[in-house]
Amino acid sequence: MKAGSNLEKVLTSGHFALTGELGPPRGANVEVIRKKAAFLRDKVDSINVTDNQTSVVRMSSLAVCKLLVDMGLEPNLQMVCRDRNRIAMQSDLLGAYALGIRNVLCLSGDHNKFGDHPQSKNVFDLDSMQLLAMVKKLRDEGRMLSGQECDGVPKFFIGAAANPFGDPFEFRVTRLAKKIDSGVDFVQTQCIYNMDKFRTYMKMAHEEGLTEKCFILAGITPLKSVGMARYMAKFVPGLEVPDYYIERLKGVEKNKQAEEGIKIAVEQIQEVREMPGVAGVHLMAIEWEERVPEIVEAAGLLPRPSVN
Amino acid sequence: MVVAERKPIEEILAMVADYRKILLVGCKGCVTVCCAGGTKEVGILASALRIARKKEGKPLEVVEHTLERQCDPEYIEQLAPMLEGDGIEAVVSMACSVGPQYIAKRYVIPVYPALNTTFIGGSLEHGVWAEYCQACGNCIIHHFGGLCPISRCSKSLMNGPCGGSANGKCEVSPEIDCVWHLIYDRMKELGQLDKLRQVFPARDWSTSRDGGPRKIVREDLKL
Repeated sequence: MKAGSNLEKVLTSGHFALTGELGPPRGANVEVIRKKAAFLRDKVDSINVTDNQTSVVRMSSLAVCKLLVDMGLEPNLQMVCRDRNRIAMQSDLLGAYALGIRNVLCLSGDHNKFGDHPQSKNVFDLDSMQLLAMVKKLRDEGRMLSGQECDGVPKFFIGAAANPFGDPFEFRVTRLAKKIDSGVDFVQTQCIYNMDKFRTYMKMAHEEGLTEKCFILAGITPLKSVGMARYMAKFVPGLEVPDYYIERLKGVEKNKQAEEGIKIAVEQIQEVREMPGVAGVHLMAIEWEERVPEIVEAAGLLPRPSVN
Repeated sequence: MVVAERKPIEEILAMVADYRKILLVGCKGCVTVCCAGGTKEVGILASALRIARKKEGKPLEVVEHTLERQCDPEYIEQLAPMLEGDGIEAVVSMACSVGPQYIAKRYVIPVYPALNTTFIGGSLEHGVWAEYCQACGNCIIHHFGGLCPISRCSKSLMNGPCGGSANGKCEVSPEIDCVWHLIYDRMKELGQLDKLRQVFPARDWSTSRDGGPRKIVREDLKL
Protein backbone atom coordinates (compact mmCIF):
# COMPACT_ATOMS: atom_id res chain seq x y z
CA MET A 1 0.00 0.00 0.00
CA LYS A 2 1.29 3.40 -0.93
CA ALA A 3 -1.29 5.49 0.85
CA GLY A 4 -3.86 3.06 2.21
CA SER A 5 -6.86 4.94 0.85
CA ASN A 6 -10.09 3.07 0.28
CA LEU A 7 -9.74 3.62 -3.46
CA GLU A 8 -6.27 2.11 -3.42
CA LYS A 9 -7.50 -0.88 -1.42
CA VAL A 10 -10.44 -1.50 -3.75
CA LEU A 11 -8.24 -1.31 -6.83
CA THR A 12 -5.32 -3.33 -5.53
CA SER A 13 -7.62 -6.08 -4.31
CA GLY A 14 -8.92 -6.46 -7.85
CA HIS A 15 -12.40 -5.02 -7.50
CA PHE A 16 -13.94 -2.97 -10.28
CA ALA A 17 -13.66 0.48 -8.73
CA LEU A 18 -16.19 3.24 -8.90
CA THR A 19 -15.45 6.88 -8.19
CA GLY A 20 -17.85 9.77 -8.16
CA GLU A 21 -17.55 13.48 -8.47
CA LEU A 22 -18.75 16.41 -6.46
CA GLY A 23 -18.65 19.96 -7.74
CA PRO A 24 -18.37 22.48 -4.86
CA PRO A 25 -20.82 25.40 -4.77
CA ARG A 26 -20.13 28.89 -6.06
CA GLY A 27 -20.34 30.20 -2.55
CA ALA A 28 -19.90 29.17 1.05
CA ASN A 29 -23.02 27.01 1.35
CA VAL A 30 -22.03 23.86 3.22
CA GLU A 31 -25.52 22.42 2.83
CA VAL A 32 -24.85 21.89 -0.88
CA ILE A 33 -21.94 19.64 0.01
CA ARG A 34 -23.95 17.65 2.56
CA LYS A 35 -26.81 17.17 0.12
CA LYS A 36 -24.63 16.08 -2.80
CA ALA A 37 -22.48 13.87 -0.58
CA ALA A 38 -25.55 12.08 0.77
CA PHE A 39 -26.38 10.83 -2.74
CA LEU A 40 -22.89 9.43 -3.14
CA ARG A 41 -22.61 7.75 0.27
CA ASP A 42 -22.05 3.97 -0.06
CA LYS A 43 -22.47 4.29 -3.84
CA VAL A 44 -18.87 5.05 -4.80
CA ASP A 45 -15.44 4.18 -3.42
CA SER A 46 -14.08 7.71 -3.47
CA ILE A 47 -15.42 11.14 -4.36
CA ASN A 48 -13.45 13.50 -6.59
CA VAL A 49 -13.81 17.10 -5.51
CA THR A 50 -13.21 19.41 -8.43
CA ASP A 51 -10.79 22.31 -8.15
CA ASN A 52 -12.48 25.43 -9.53
CA GLN A 53 -13.64 23.46 -12.55
CA THR A 54 -14.02 25.33 -15.84
CA SER A 55 -12.00 28.07 -14.10
CA VAL A 56 -15.05 29.26 -12.17
CA VAL A 57 -14.45 30.23 -8.54
CA ARG A 58 -15.96 27.68 -6.19
CA MET A 59 -15.47 26.59 -2.61
CA SER A 60 -11.95 25.22 -2.27
CA SER A 61 -11.44 21.57 -3.12
CA LEU A 62 -9.27 21.15 -0.03
CA ALA A 63 -11.97 22.50 2.28
CA VAL A 64 -14.67 20.35 0.71
CA CYS A 65 -12.46 17.26 0.94
CA LYS A 66 -12.07 17.91 4.66
CA LEU A 67 -15.85 18.23 5.02
CA LEU A 68 -16.18 14.84 3.32
CA VAL A 69 -13.59 13.30 5.63
CA ASP A 70 -15.61 14.59 8.58
CA MET A 71 -18.71 12.97 7.09
CA GLY A 72 -16.88 9.64 6.94
CA LEU A 73 -16.53 9.72 3.17
CA GLU A 74 -13.37 9.32 1.13
CA PRO A 75 -12.39 12.30 -1.00
CA ASN A 76 -10.08 12.56 -3.95
CA LEU A 77 -8.51 16.00 -3.94
CA GLN A 78 -8.31 17.51 -7.40
CA MET A 79 -5.49 19.97 -7.86
CA VAL A 80 -4.93 22.12 -10.94
CA CYS A 81 -1.73 23.88 -12.00
CA ARG A 82 -3.57 26.93 -13.29
CA ASP A 83 -3.95 28.82 -10.02
CA ARG A 84 -0.95 28.09 -7.81
CA ASN A 85 2.78 27.83 -8.05
CA ARG A 86 4.79 24.94 -6.63
CA ILE A 87 5.11 26.59 -3.23
CA ALA A 88 1.36 26.95 -2.76
CA MET A 89 0.68 23.49 -4.16
CA GLN A 90 3.12 21.72 -1.87
CA SER A 91 1.80 23.66 1.08
CA ASP A 92 -1.77 22.60 0.22
CA LEU A 93 -0.66 19.00 -0.26
CA LEU A 94 0.96 18.87 3.17
CA GLY A 95 -2.13 20.44 4.68
CA ALA A 96 -4.41 18.04 2.82
CA TYR A 97 -2.57 15.05 4.19
CA ALA A 98 -2.71 16.46 7.71
CA LEU A 99 -6.48 16.75 7.31
CA GLY A 100 -6.83 13.09 6.39
CA ILE A 101 -6.95 13.34 2.60
CA ARG A 102 -5.25 10.39 0.91
CA ASN A 103 -6.01 10.65 -2.83
CA VAL A 104 -4.81 13.43 -5.13
CA LEU A 105 -5.69 13.94 -8.78
CA CYS A 106 -3.12 16.05 -10.62
CA LEU A 107 -4.43 18.20 -13.47
CA SER A 108 -3.30 21.08 -15.67
CA GLY A 109 -6.69 22.77 -15.34
CA ASP A 110 -8.92 24.45 -17.85
CA HIS A 111 -7.54 27.74 -19.08
CA ASN A 112 -8.78 30.71 -17.04
CA LYS A 113 -10.20 32.28 -20.16
CA PHE A 114 -13.28 30.07 -19.83
CA GLY A 115 -14.19 30.97 -16.29
CA ASP A 116 -15.73 33.81 -14.36
CA HIS A 117 -12.42 35.66 -13.96
CA PRO A 118 -10.89 35.70 -17.44
CA GLN A 119 -8.90 38.79 -16.42
CA SER A 120 -6.97 36.79 -13.84
CA LYS A 121 -3.27 36.08 -14.12
CA ASN A 122 -2.78 32.35 -14.51
CA VAL A 123 0.20 30.50 -13.14
CA PHE A 124 1.06 27.17 -14.82
CA ASP A 125 4.37 27.04 -12.95
CA LEU A 126 4.21 23.24 -13.32
CA ASP A 127 2.34 21.12 -15.83
CA SER A 128 0.24 18.17 -14.68
CA MET A 129 3.10 15.74 -15.32
CA GLN A 130 5.47 17.76 -13.16
CA LEU A 131 2.81 18.11 -10.46
CA LEU A 132 2.34 14.38 -10.14
CA ALA A 133 6.10 13.85 -10.10
CA MET A 134 6.22 16.35 -7.25
CA VAL A 135 3.53 14.48 -5.29
CA LYS A 136 5.46 11.25 -5.83
CA LYS A 137 8.67 12.84 -4.60
CA LEU A 138 6.89 14.07 -1.47
CA ARG A 139 5.50 10.60 -0.87
CA ASP A 140 8.36 8.30 -1.86
CA GLU A 141 11.38 10.40 -0.94
CA GLY A 142 9.80 12.52 1.77
CA ARG A 143 11.30 15.50 0.01
CA MET A 144 9.96 18.63 -1.52
CA LEU A 145 10.74 19.64 -5.07
CA SER A 146 13.57 21.76 -3.66
CA GLY A 147 15.11 18.70 -2.02
CA GLN A 148 14.14 19.91 1.44
CA GLU A 149 13.20 17.02 3.70
CA CYS A 150 9.58 16.88 4.90
CA ASP A 151 8.87 16.85 8.62
CA GLY A 152 6.15 14.23 8.26
CA VAL A 153 5.71 12.50 4.91
CA PRO A 154 2.40 12.81 3.02
CA LYS A 155 1.42 9.42 1.65
CA PHE A 156 -0.90 9.94 -1.28
CA PHE A 157 -2.49 7.64 -3.84
CA ILE A 158 -1.65 9.61 -6.97
CA GLY A 159 -4.03 10.13 -9.83
CA ALA A 160 -3.99 11.86 -13.17
CA ALA A 161 -6.38 12.47 -16.01
CA ALA A 162 -6.15 11.22 -19.57
CA ASN A 163 -8.13 12.33 -22.55
CA PRO A 164 -8.14 9.62 -25.21
CA PHE A 165 -9.97 11.99 -27.57
CA GLY A 166 -7.63 14.95 -27.59
CA ASP A 167 -5.39 15.43 -30.60
CA PRO A 168 -2.99 14.25 -31.80
CA PHE A 169 -4.57 10.88 -31.00
CA GLU A 170 -1.36 8.87 -31.46
CA PHE A 171 0.37 10.94 -28.82
CA ARG A 172 -2.28 10.25 -26.19
CA VAL A 173 -0.90 6.83 -25.28
CA THR A 174 2.63 8.28 -25.19
CA ARG A 175 1.39 10.93 -22.80
CA LEU A 176 -0.16 8.26 -20.63
CA ALA A 177 3.18 6.43 -20.62
CA LYS A 178 4.89 9.65 -19.53
CA LYS A 179 2.42 10.04 -16.68
CA ILE A 180 3.22 6.50 -15.60
CA ASP A 181 6.95 7.29 -15.73
CA SER A 182 6.22 10.32 -13.57
CA GLY A 183 4.59 8.19 -10.91
CA VAL A 184 0.87 7.95 -11.46
CA ASP A 185 -1.04 5.21 -9.59
CA PHE A 186 -4.46 5.65 -11.16
CA VAL A 187 -5.86 7.44 -14.16
CA GLN A 188 -9.35 8.77 -14.73
CA THR A 189 -10.29 9.50 -18.31
CA GLN A 190 -12.25 12.32 -19.88
CA CYS A 191 -15.96 11.53 -20.49
CA ILE A 192 -16.18 8.74 -23.01
CA TYR A 193 -18.90 8.62 -25.65
CA ASN A 194 -16.97 7.41 -28.67
CA MET A 195 -16.62 3.79 -27.56
CA ASP A 196 -14.75 2.62 -30.66
CA LYS A 197 -12.05 5.22 -30.26
CA PHE A 198 -11.75 4.47 -26.56
CA ARG A 199 -11.45 0.77 -27.34
CA THR A 200 -8.60 1.53 -29.75
CA TYR A 201 -6.93 3.69 -27.11
CA MET A 202 -7.23 0.99 -24.46
CA LYS A 203 -5.92 -1.62 -26.89
CA MET A 204 -2.85 0.53 -27.60
CA ALA A 205 -2.32 1.17 -23.88
CA HIS A 206 -2.78 -2.52 -23.11
CA GLU A 207 -0.35 -3.63 -25.81
CA GLU A 208 2.27 -1.25 -24.45
CA GLY A 209 1.82 -2.83 -21.04
CA LEU A 210 0.58 0.41 -19.54
CA THR A 211 -2.56 -1.12 -18.05
CA GLU A 212 -0.31 -3.29 -15.89
CA LYS A 213 1.42 -0.25 -14.51
CA CYS A 214 -1.52 1.86 -13.38
CA PHE A 215 -5.25 1.55 -12.81
CA ILE A 216 -7.38 3.10 -15.55
CA LEU A 217 -10.86 4.27 -14.67
CA ALA A 218 -13.10 5.09 -17.62
CA GLY A 219 -14.88 8.42 -17.36
CA ILE A 220 -18.63 8.25 -17.79
CA THR A 221 -20.96 11.24 -17.80
CA PRO A 222 -24.68 10.60 -18.19
CA LEU A 223 -26.37 12.82 -20.76
CA LYS A 224 -29.39 14.65 -19.38
CA SER A 225 -30.89 15.68 -22.69
CA VAL A 226 -30.23 16.01 -26.39
CA GLY A 227 -29.36 19.64 -25.67
CA MET A 228 -26.57 18.59 -23.32
CA ALA A 229 -25.31 16.04 -25.85
CA ARG A 230 -25.14 18.72 -28.53
CA TYR A 231 -23.44 21.13 -26.17
CA MET A 232 -20.82 18.54 -25.18
CA ALA A 233 -20.22 17.69 -28.84
CA LYS A 234 -19.89 21.28 -29.93
CA PHE A 235 -18.39 23.27 -27.11
CA VAL A 236 -16.31 21.01 -24.88
CA PRO A 237 -12.82 20.90 -26.37
CA GLY A 238 -11.36 17.45 -26.81
CA LEU A 239 -14.64 15.62 -26.30
CA GLU A 240 -16.43 13.54 -28.91
CA VAL A 241 -20.13 12.71 -28.83
CA PRO A 242 -21.02 10.50 -31.79
CA ASP A 243 -24.15 11.36 -33.78
CA TYR A 244 -25.88 8.11 -32.89
CA TYR A 245 -26.26 9.19 -29.26
CA ILE A 246 -27.66 12.53 -30.35
CA GLU A 247 -30.08 10.77 -32.70
CA ARG A 248 -31.06 8.31 -30.00
CA LEU A 249 -31.87 11.06 -27.52
CA LYS A 250 -33.69 13.05 -30.19
CA GLY A 251 -35.82 10.00 -30.83
CA VAL A 252 -37.46 10.01 -27.39
CA GLU A 253 -39.87 12.49 -25.87
CA LYS A 254 -38.29 15.42 -24.09
CA ASN A 255 -39.40 14.31 -20.62
CA LYS A 256 -37.95 10.86 -21.20
CA GLN A 257 -34.54 11.98 -22.45
CA ALA A 258 -33.04 11.92 -18.95
CA GLU A 259 -34.06 8.28 -18.52
CA GLU A 260 -32.59 7.47 -21.92
CA GLY A 261 -29.38 9.26 -20.94
CA ILE A 262 -29.13 7.13 -17.84
CA LYS A 263 -29.74 4.00 -19.89
CA ILE A 264 -26.91 5.01 -22.19
CA ALA A 265 -24.59 5.56 -19.22
CA VAL A 266 -25.43 2.14 -17.80
CA GLU A 267 -24.75 0.50 -21.17
CA GLN A 268 -21.46 2.36 -21.41
CA ILE A 269 -20.41 1.18 -17.97
CA GLN A 270 -21.14 -2.39 -18.99
CA GLU A 271 -19.24 -1.90 -22.23
CA VAL A 272 -16.08 -0.47 -20.69
CA ARG A 273 -16.18 -3.17 -18.01
CA GLU A 274 -15.58 -5.72 -20.74
CA MET A 275 -12.50 -3.92 -22.06
CA PRO A 276 -9.14 -5.34 -20.99
CA GLY A 277 -7.27 -2.95 -18.76
CA VAL A 278 -10.24 -0.95 -17.52
CA ALA A 279 -10.03 -1.15 -13.73
CA GLY A 280 -13.10 0.87 -12.91
CA VAL A 281 -15.38 3.73 -13.76
CA HIS A 282 -15.21 7.38 -12.84
CA LEU A 283 -18.81 8.54 -12.85
CA MET A 284 -19.01 12.27 -13.45
CA ALA A 285 -22.66 13.14 -13.04
CA ILE A 286 -22.26 16.86 -13.57
CA GLU A 287 -24.72 18.64 -11.26
CA TRP A 288 -26.72 15.43 -11.28
CA GLU A 289 -25.39 13.71 -8.17
CA GLU A 290 -28.94 12.68 -7.17
CA ARG A 291 -29.12 10.27 -10.11
CA VAL A 292 -25.90 8.44 -9.19
CA PRO A 293 -27.59 5.83 -6.96
CA GLU A 294 -29.89 4.55 -9.71
CA ILE A 295 -27.11 4.48 -12.32
CA VAL A 296 -24.84 2.51 -10.01
CA GLU A 297 -27.68 0.20 -9.05
CA ALA A 298 -28.73 -0.40 -12.68
CA ALA A 299 -25.11 -1.06 -13.64
CA GLY A 300 -25.00 -3.83 -11.03
CA LEU A 301 -22.19 -2.19 -9.09
CA LEU A 302 -23.82 -2.35 -5.65
CA PRO A 303 -23.01 -2.96 -2.90
CA ARG A 304 -19.57 -1.40 -3.02
CA PRO A 305 -16.81 -3.65 -1.74
CA SER A 306 -15.54 -3.24 1.77
CA VAL A 307 -11.78 -3.86 1.90
CA ASN A 308 -9.71 -3.70 5.02
CA MET B 1 11.49 41.83 -32.40
CA VAL B 2 9.46 43.59 -29.74
CA VAL B 3 5.95 43.97 -31.11
CA ALA B 4 3.80 46.84 -29.94
CA GLU B 5 0.59 48.54 -30.93
CA ARG B 6 -0.64 52.05 -30.46
CA LYS B 7 -3.00 52.82 -27.61
CA PRO B 8 -6.44 54.11 -28.58
CA ILE B 9 -6.42 57.82 -29.39
CA GLU B 10 -8.91 58.53 -26.55
CA GLU B 11 -6.48 57.14 -24.00
CA ILE B 12 -3.61 59.25 -25.33
CA LEU B 13 -5.80 62.35 -25.45
CA ALA B 14 -6.75 61.82 -21.82
CA MET B 15 -3.06 61.54 -20.88
CA VAL B 16 -2.19 64.90 -22.44
CA ALA B 17 -5.45 66.68 -21.63
CA ASP B 18 -3.76 69.20 -19.32
CA TYR B 19 -0.86 70.15 -21.62
CA ARG B 20 -0.50 72.80 -24.32
CA LYS B 21 2.78 71.67 -25.80
CA ILE B 22 4.22 68.18 -25.94
CA LEU B 23 7.11 66.33 -27.56
CA LEU B 24 6.08 63.19 -29.43
CA VAL B 25 9.06 60.87 -29.82
CA GLY B 26 9.19 57.89 -32.15
CA CYS B 27 11.73 55.07 -32.38
CA LYS B 28 13.39 53.65 -35.49
CA GLY B 29 13.85 50.24 -33.90
CA CYS B 30 11.39 47.37 -33.50
CA VAL B 31 8.31 49.57 -33.39
CA THR B 32 9.14 50.98 -36.81
CA VAL B 33 9.33 47.44 -38.18
CA CYS B 34 5.96 46.54 -36.71
CA CYS B 35 4.50 49.86 -37.87
CA ALA B 36 3.57 51.08 -34.41
CA GLY B 37 5.95 53.91 -33.57
CA GLY B 38 8.25 55.03 -36.40
CA THR B 39 8.49 58.42 -38.11
CA LYS B 40 5.31 57.77 -40.10
CA GLU B 41 3.30 56.83 -37.02
CA VAL B 42 4.61 59.86 -35.14
CA GLY B 43 3.28 62.06 -37.96
CA ILE B 44 -0.11 60.35 -37.98
CA LEU B 45 -0.56 60.51 -34.20
CA ALA B 46 0.64 64.13 -34.03
CA SER B 47 -1.97 65.14 -36.63
CA ALA B 48 -4.71 63.18 -34.91
CA LEU B 49 -3.93 64.82 -31.56
CA ARG B 50 -3.80 68.31 -33.08
CA ILE B 51 -7.13 67.84 -34.87
CA ALA B 52 -8.88 66.38 -31.82
CA ARG B 53 -7.66 69.18 -29.57
CA LYS B 54 -8.56 71.85 -32.11
CA LYS B 55 -12.10 70.48 -32.15
CA GLU B 56 -12.21 70.76 -28.37
CA GLY B 57 -11.11 74.38 -28.65
CA LYS B 58 -7.92 73.64 -26.70
CA PRO B 59 -5.19 73.56 -29.35
CA LEU B 60 -2.19 71.33 -28.69
CA GLU B 61 1.27 72.01 -30.01
CA VAL B 62 3.02 68.77 -30.90
CA VAL B 63 6.76 68.73 -31.61
CA GLU B 64 7.65 65.62 -33.62
CA HIS B 65 10.91 63.76 -33.41
CA THR B 66 12.09 60.21 -34.03
CA LEU B 67 15.21 58.76 -32.47
CA GLU B 68 17.41 56.02 -33.85
CA ARG B 69 16.56 53.99 -30.77
CA GLN B 70 15.02 54.78 -27.41
CA CYS B 71 16.60 51.86 -25.58
CA ASP B 72 20.01 53.50 -25.56
CA PRO B 73 21.04 56.52 -23.40
CA GLU B 74 23.21 57.83 -26.21
CA TYR B 75 20.16 58.54 -28.36
CA ILE B 76 17.97 59.71 -25.47
CA GLU B 77 20.62 62.40 -24.88
CA GLN B 78 19.73 63.90 -28.26
CA LEU B 79 16.41 65.12 -26.82
CA ALA B 80 18.20 67.49 -24.43
CA PRO B 81 18.16 70.61 -26.66
CA MET B 82 14.43 70.15 -27.27
CA LEU B 83 13.57 69.68 -23.63
CA GLU B 84 15.65 72.53 -22.29
CA GLY B 85 13.70 75.77 -22.37
CA ASP B 86 11.42 75.13 -25.30
CA GLY B 87 8.19 75.18 -23.29
CA ILE B 88 7.56 71.48 -23.72
CA GLU B 89 5.42 70.33 -20.79
CA ALA B 90 5.39 66.57 -21.35
CA VAL B 91 6.84 63.81 -23.52
CA VAL B 92 4.81 61.11 -25.24
CA SER B 93 6.94 58.19 -26.34
CA MET B 94 6.10 55.96 -29.26
CA ALA B 95 8.58 53.22 -28.36
CA CYS B 96 8.25 49.97 -26.48
CA SER B 97 8.05 50.72 -22.76
CA VAL B 98 11.84 50.89 -22.46
CA GLY B 99 11.71 54.23 -24.30
CA PRO B 100 9.47 56.20 -21.91
CA GLN B 101 11.36 54.69 -18.96
CA TYR B 102 14.70 55.82 -20.39
CA ILE B 103 13.36 59.31 -21.08
CA ALA B 104 11.94 59.50 -17.55
CA LYS B 105 15.28 58.39 -16.13
CA ARG B 106 17.16 61.14 -17.94
CA TYR B 107 14.78 64.13 -17.77
CA VAL B 108 12.62 65.66 -15.05
CA ILE B 109 9.45 65.90 -17.11
CA PRO B 110 6.21 63.85 -17.23
CA VAL B 111 6.49 60.99 -19.74
CA TYR B 112 3.60 59.02 -21.23
CA PRO B 113 3.56 55.81 -23.28
CA ALA B 114 1.65 55.95 -26.55
CA LEU B 115 2.13 52.25 -27.25
CA ASN B 116 1.24 49.01 -25.56
CA THR B 117 4.27 46.74 -25.68
CA THR B 118 2.72 43.45 -26.55
CA PHE B 119 5.15 40.59 -27.15
CA ILE B 120 8.30 39.28 -28.75
CA GLY B 121 7.24 37.95 -32.09
CA GLY B 122 7.54 37.88 -35.79
CA SER B 123 5.51 38.92 -38.77
CA LEU B 124 3.28 36.24 -40.27
CA GLU B 125 2.14 38.29 -43.24
CA HIS B 126 1.77 41.96 -44.01
CA GLY B 127 0.00 43.52 -41.03
CA VAL B 128 -0.06 40.36 -38.92
CA TRP B 129 2.33 39.62 -36.07
CA ALA B 130 2.40 36.72 -33.63
CA GLU B 131 4.11 35.87 -30.37
CA TYR B 132 7.00 33.42 -30.58
CA CYS B 133 9.00 34.07 -27.45
CA GLN B 134 8.38 34.86 -23.80
CA ALA B 135 11.99 35.68 -23.05
CA CYS B 136 12.13 33.01 -20.34
CA GLY B 137 15.90 33.21 -20.37
CA ASN B 138 16.70 29.56 -21.03
CA CYS B 139 15.80 28.49 -24.53
CA ILE B 140 14.59 24.90 -24.91
CA ILE B 141 13.07 24.91 -28.38
CA HIS B 142 15.61 22.41 -29.71
CA HIS B 143 13.81 19.73 -27.68
CA PHE B 144 10.59 20.52 -29.45
CA GLY B 145 11.47 20.67 -33.12
CA GLY B 146 12.29 24.34 -32.92
CA LEU B 147 8.90 25.37 -31.61
CA CYS B 148 8.36 27.04 -28.24
CA PRO B 149 5.78 25.50 -25.90
CA ILE B 150 6.44 28.14 -23.24
CA SER B 151 5.24 31.04 -25.36
CA ARG B 152 2.99 29.27 -27.83
CA CYS B 153 1.05 26.83 -25.60
CA SER B 154 -1.65 28.71 -23.69
CA LYS B 155 -0.69 26.78 -20.55
CA SER B 156 3.08 26.65 -21.22
CA LEU B 157 2.94 22.86 -20.96
CA MET B 158 6.22 21.03 -21.38
CA ASN B 159 5.07 17.45 -21.68
CA GLY B 160 2.52 17.34 -24.43
CA PRO B 161 -0.89 18.69 -25.27
CA CYS B 162 -3.56 19.07 -22.61
CA GLY B 163 -6.92 17.39 -22.95
CA GLY B 164 -8.38 20.40 -24.72
CA SER B 165 -6.42 20.06 -27.94
CA ALA B 166 -8.76 19.21 -30.81
CA ASN B 167 -8.31 19.22 -34.57
CA GLY B 168 -4.97 20.92 -34.17
CA LYS B 169 -6.47 23.87 -32.32
CA CYS B 170 -6.08 25.17 -28.79
CA GLU B 171 -8.94 24.93 -26.29
CA VAL B 172 -8.69 28.65 -25.72
CA SER B 173 -9.75 29.54 -29.25
CA PRO B 174 -10.18 27.90 -32.64
CA GLU B 175 -8.05 30.78 -33.95
CA ILE B 176 -5.00 29.46 -32.08
CA ASP B 177 -2.95 26.55 -33.37
CA CYS B 178 -2.20 23.98 -30.69
CA VAL B 179 1.59 24.27 -30.63
CA TRP B 180 1.79 20.75 -29.24
CA HIS B 181 0.06 19.48 -32.33
CA LEU B 182 2.59 21.38 -34.44
CA ILE B 183 5.43 20.00 -32.30
CA TYR B 184 4.11 16.46 -32.71
CA ASP B 185 3.82 16.80 -36.50
CA ARG B 186 7.26 18.35 -36.77
CA MET B 187 8.95 15.70 -34.62
CA LYS B 188 7.23 13.01 -36.63
CA GLU B 189 8.52 14.60 -39.83
CA LEU B 190 12.01 14.72 -38.36
CA GLY B 191 11.75 11.10 -37.20
CA GLN B 192 12.31 12.24 -33.62
CA LEU B 193 9.04 11.33 -31.93
CA ASP B 194 10.97 9.31 -29.36
CA LYS B 195 12.41 12.58 -28.03
CA LEU B 196 8.93 13.59 -26.92
CA ARG B 197 8.68 10.41 -24.85
CA GLN B 198 11.01 11.80 -22.20
CA VAL B 199 9.55 13.62 -19.22
CA PHE B 200 10.65 17.22 -18.88
CA PRO B 201 10.99 18.02 -15.17
CA ALA B 202 9.74 21.11 -13.38
CA ARG B 203 11.32 24.14 -14.94
CA ASP B 204 13.69 26.58 -13.29
CA TRP B 205 11.90 29.87 -13.87
CA SER B 206 14.59 31.91 -12.14
CA THR B 207 15.98 32.85 -15.55
CA SER B 208 12.57 34.19 -16.43
CA ARG B 209 10.74 37.21 -15.07
CA ASP B 210 10.38 35.45 -11.73
CA GLY B 211 14.04 35.99 -10.98
CA GLY B 212 13.43 39.75 -10.76
CA PRO B 213 14.56 42.30 -13.36
CA ARG B 214 17.20 40.57 -15.43
CA LYS B 215 20.59 41.95 -16.36
CA ILE B 216 23.32 40.85 -18.72
CA VAL B 217 26.90 41.94 -18.16
CA ARG B 218 29.40 41.40 -20.98
CA GLU B 219 32.79 42.20 -19.51
CA ASP B 220 34.37 41.93 -22.97
CA LEU B 221 32.25 44.81 -24.21
CA LYS B 222 32.67 47.12 -21.25
CA LEU B 223 34.88 50.16 -21.74
